[in-house]
Amino acid sequence: MAADAGQVKLLGKWPSPFSNRVVLALKLKGVQYNYFEEDLSNKSEELLKSNPVHKKVPVLIHNGKPIAESLVILEYIDETWKSNPLLPDDPYQRASARFWARYLDEKCLPALWDAIWSDENGRAKAVEEAIANLKILENEIKDKRFFGGESIGLVDIAASFVGYWVGILQEIQGLELLTVEKFPKLVKWSEEFTSHPVIKEGLPPRDELFAFFNARATASK
Amino acid sequence: MADEVVLLSSWFSPFGMRVQIALAEKGINYEFKEEDLRNKSPLLLQTNPIHKKVPVLIHNGKIICESLIAVEYIDEVWSDKSPLLPSDPYQRAYARFWADFIDAKMYQPGRKTWTTKGDEQEASKKEFLECFKLFEKQLGDKPYFNGDNFGFLDVAFIPLHCWFQVIETFGEFKLEEEFPKYFDWVKRCLQRESVSNTLPDQKKIYALACLRRKQFGLD
Repeated sequence: MAADAGQVKLLGKWPSPFSNRVVLALKLKGVQYNYFEEDLSNKSEELLKSNPVHKKVPVLIHNGKPIAESLVILEYIDETWKSNPLLPDDPYQRASARFWARYLDEKCLPALWDAIWSDENGRAKAVEEAIANLKILENEIKDKRFFGGESIGLVDIAASFVGYWVGILQEIQGLELLTVEKFPKLVKWSEEFTSHPVIKEGLPPRDELFAFFNARATASK
Repeated sequence: MADEVVLLSSWFSPFGMRVQIALAEKGINYEFKEEDLRNKSPLLLQTNPIHKKVPVLIHNGKIICESLIAVEYIDEVWSDKSPLLPSDPYQRAYARFWADFIDAKMYQPGRKTWTTKGDEQEASKKEFLECFKLFEKQLGDKPYFNGDNFGFLDVAFIPLHCWFQVIETFGEFKLEEEFPKYFDWVKRCLQRESVSNTLPDQKKIYALACLRRKQFGLD
């Protein structure tokens, strides 16, 4: 059932997990939207006008009003379209979800990204840092189906990089970060997450993502 | 059942002050536990093992870390009084975006302006002033950053004011000349008891900064 969208436009970049977070949230809520693929080497006037502060994607434009920063956008979407809530009602659980989403952006994802693109000199330390962060997530998911509990929530969407991108990137770089031996619960969560029908349809196709980052990896060598 | 509210923080932490102001706005009694950040208490390490930072809010045993998250929590739990976030989703997004901007873009350059020297200090000062200018512009003709009423974004920003004198002194610039609207807003905020009772004397902050600079080997 499509929710009444008004006019919803997303400026994004398909390989970007941050951009994709917004795609997943809109799809989970059944919101119709128009998508514009940004060329970040030649940013559109609309992007520069609607996100002059950071000049980054994603930007959501709803009835002409722009919202930037993926986590801010996710909360906006959750407050505007009420079906399939991304955050629970209880204030403490909401604070907890916000904490984990922030943690992902400030610590976990940067550590994983650094490890993936590390060179020989920095690799050991970067990988150690990435593993330490994955341990934290493994302890948090425990035996829950999703970080959000029984249904997908804000943290699951924020963790899509862990659940989908990391598997692809570590294969390209020949690294072993998220493995079932070391992180069985997190791997189980990633399988639940990526096989969810709406998520599966919303994530970028694996082979295309692989090709995109593989080209980048090759170019940097 | 009475609420048990504890706040782990440090008297000079602008992040802790955000939570203090929010609690005061809501009229909530709480216990303030002063942390020595160079000798962190077992309670702090236990309640915030990931970041090991202040502030930590403990409400009836429930632990909330990260100042902006704690302020939203306070706003949601004690929603009957002094709302901090607006009710409109777009205005809420605006407040959250700019609060995030303070932490992600303005804070570090501001800090580096008084904790570094030479080229690094010059670059930090430039970045800080650019961010400050951009943020200050958001005030426009509004009485508060949040809009007509004192709210989330004001709570997020006002505590940093007590550190600005330090940044100005060691960065060798004066904000007052270029940003009169900002100072009007500061005066307006200081008229609120929640703010004036929370912000420490700028002289005390300055004395602390001088001590730290000596410890960093800058002076």
